[in-house]
Amino acid sequence: MANTAEFRTCPDTGLQFHRPAETLMKLNAVAGVVFLLLGGVLALLLGLTRWPKYHLLGAEPFYMFLTAHGINVLIFWIIFFEIAVLYFTSSTLLKCRLATPRWAWLGFILMVVGSVTTNVAVFQGNSSVMMTSYVPMSAEPAFYLGLILFAVGALIGCFVFLGTLVIARAERTYGDGSIPLVTFGALTACIIAIFTIASGAIILIPTLLWKLGLVSHIDPLMYRVIWWAFGHSSQQINVAAHIAVWYAIAAVVFGAKPLSEKVSRMAFLLYILFLQLASAHHILVDPGVSSEWKIFNTSYAMYLAVMASMIHGLTVPGAIEAAQRKRGFNKGLFEWLRKAPWSNPSFSGMFLSLLIFGFLGGISGVVMGTEQINIIIHNTLYVPGHFHATVVGGTTLAFMALTYWLVPVLFRRDIVLPKLASWQPYLFGIGMTGFSLFMMGAGTLGIPRRHWDISFSGALLNHQFPETAYLLLGLVGISTILAVLGGGLFVLQIVASILFGKRRGEVKSAVPIIAAPVADGLKGIGIGGVAVPGTLVLALVFLISFVLYYFVNWKYLSQVWGLS
Amino acid sequence: MSLTPPSERLWWKEPIERVELLWVGLALLWALIMFVMMPYWHIYGKQNLSNEAYRTTPEQFSKKVDAMVEKYTVRKETARGYPVVAPPAGSDVYLLGRLWEWYPILELEKGKKYRLHLSSMDWQHGFSLQPENINVQVIPGYEMVITVTPNKTGEFAIVCNEYCGINHHQMLGRIYVK
Repeated sequence: MANTAEFRTCPDTGLQFHRPAETLMKLNAVAGVVFLLLGGVLALLLGLTRWPKYHLLGAEPFYMFLTAHGINVLIFWIIFFEIAVLYFTSSTLLKCRLATPRWAWLGFILMVVGSVTTNVAVFQGNSSVMMTSYVPMSAEPAFYLGLILFAVGALIGCFVFLGTLVIARAERTYGDGSIPLVTFGALTACIIAIFTIASGAIILIPTLLWKLGLVSHIDPLMYRVIWWAFGHSSQQINVAAHIAVWYAIAAVVFGAKPLSEKVSRMAFLLYILFLQLASAHHILVDPGVSSEWKIFNTSYAMYLAVMASMIHGLTVPGAIEAAQRKRGFNKGLFEWLRKAPWSNPSFSGMFLSLLIFGFLGGISGVVMGTEQINIIIHNTLYVPGHFHATVVGGTTLAFMALTYWLVPVLFRRDIVLPKLASWQPYLFGIGMTGFSLFMMGAGTLGIPRRHWDISFSGALLNHQFPETAYLLLGLVGISTILAVLGGGLFVLQIVASILFGKRRGEVKSAVPIIAAPVADGLKGIGIGGVAVPGTLVLALVFLISFVLYYFVNWKYLSQVWGLS
Repeated sequence: MSLTPPSERLWWKEPIERVELLWVGLALLWALIMFVMMPYWHIYGKQNLSNEAYRTTPEQFSKKVDAMVEKYTVRKETARGYPVVAPPAGSDVYLLGRLWEWYPILELEKGKKYRLHLSSMDWQHGFSLQPENINVQVIPGYEMVITVTPNKTGEFAIVCNEYCGINHHQMLGRIYVK
């Protein structure tokens, strides 16, 4: 057993923090927020450029900032934060010392050096290749090198997490049973991350060598297949991680227990088994890839993974409903939801994340990942509309929600201006909802993604997009402003709270910040023998929306030119 | 709760909550329906990409484009004198993407089939037929063949929707359907 002086027990939650792990959690989370801030500022400039009325930036800075925006938020912000989550769910939840803190430090340093290197390369101007850097277009060597260093650092973080699980098991720090569900979810994320990072290395290292002249040719189709094994799977890390965060927030706010451990864990397991092949979704209209390959990889792999997400979509709110009903909010279908703490940003952020991820991101993702429907969606603005709903409305909002809870626990500071904090998730959530919806709408009208000027100024030929598309892009711009305000408010509050928030000291505060666990079992709650009827109704509404929207898109497809 | 180890050590022996069982069943059923829809559309639907594709080189492909242009050009358009090519129904039609244009302009007939060959001379491009909103990835070194059957007449634009450098927004092409 490690020296007990290395541990701090949080007086409010009883959680035990291993001091080296605590420092690393703080550093990783703060580094993540710095990149979120950078990405958010760029988002505002990009949004105002795609708003045709303002068309703020020139073409060159637009593509440069678009490249930087994607990398900084989609990769750097999220993975730094996920490393913090990995250390929290292993070291803290398992009451265990962090394995090899020095390696964890090395990982962190590599991630910082890598992210700075890539940013420098992008802002020097010769690496505006978008996050995907499709060959034969090429960036400066430092662009690839930075990403590789970052990936190696993140990989070290993953192994530190796994090492901590091994130590915790060997030293029985959490008893004889299984690891907590939240840690199980984080383990899922970690396993997917290892696959993801390996794919990234397999494609980026040869691409760097190609850029340096040591490899003569990189096949562009092969690049796409392997790059997306990195690019798409990295979003599956986010899914697994933010669902683990949903469960965590349900536990700390409501003391909720999963309806059944078996179902929730099986759903995580389905992710590991079936998400990795998801790179196929990006290759659906590519030459040289057969339909059988596409169907197998998008449906066999994806629909069982979709099923897993649908299961979490029921079990997370279901666990909350059960906990609320046990606390006495047992009337009618939705008393549990009406009487939920909607002014607590941890809860509101988490619940909005669930809704946005499920209804907007989830449904649109499955629809556009259908082999034939992809023809009318590929590379239109629909695509970023979809993934902003999953990654920003889903993952980022969930991480924000968790951060509101982590600041008092980890930094021992109060959140400054709690009133403002209770509004923040709504501002951000509504901004992102509008952003995603309007972008998807513009995409269905054919507006291309990654495109500086849809009026095609200076082109020899011309094309006039419908007026509605211009209106929708204006609404995208307004939504961008709302979302960036919401995101800015978050960064401001977290930084201000960490620096100037009232110190909580080492005594237990009068207002609890973790709920006592509710009793086991589901007896005596619900309506007519159904323990969580409200959640079931919500789930059925979701399923009906899903089915309708899915078939509407087949209808759209059936109206275009014949293709065979 | 979810932050602590399961209170029941043998959690995998606990019964599953009924609502969960119902939902897992519904989700699985829906997953299967969605799976079946794709092969179903291959058999009964009219919009499927073929699996026909070849390896090619910019030289080989542009030779085919030039041969077609020479044979079937009906007029020239724009200041650059883009050839408008009207190949016969059922024939092989070649369209190339390069920085920053789609070449040549095509003139097709409604209701007729054409074997459209697509490839890129340099970087990756995105063939995006507007306002139909048909989108296909165009990759250098690969020649993709799609049999198209225009079902309406008019003037169609080909937008590039894969980022291809600073003048990406000027990359347009045109297809007339009579």
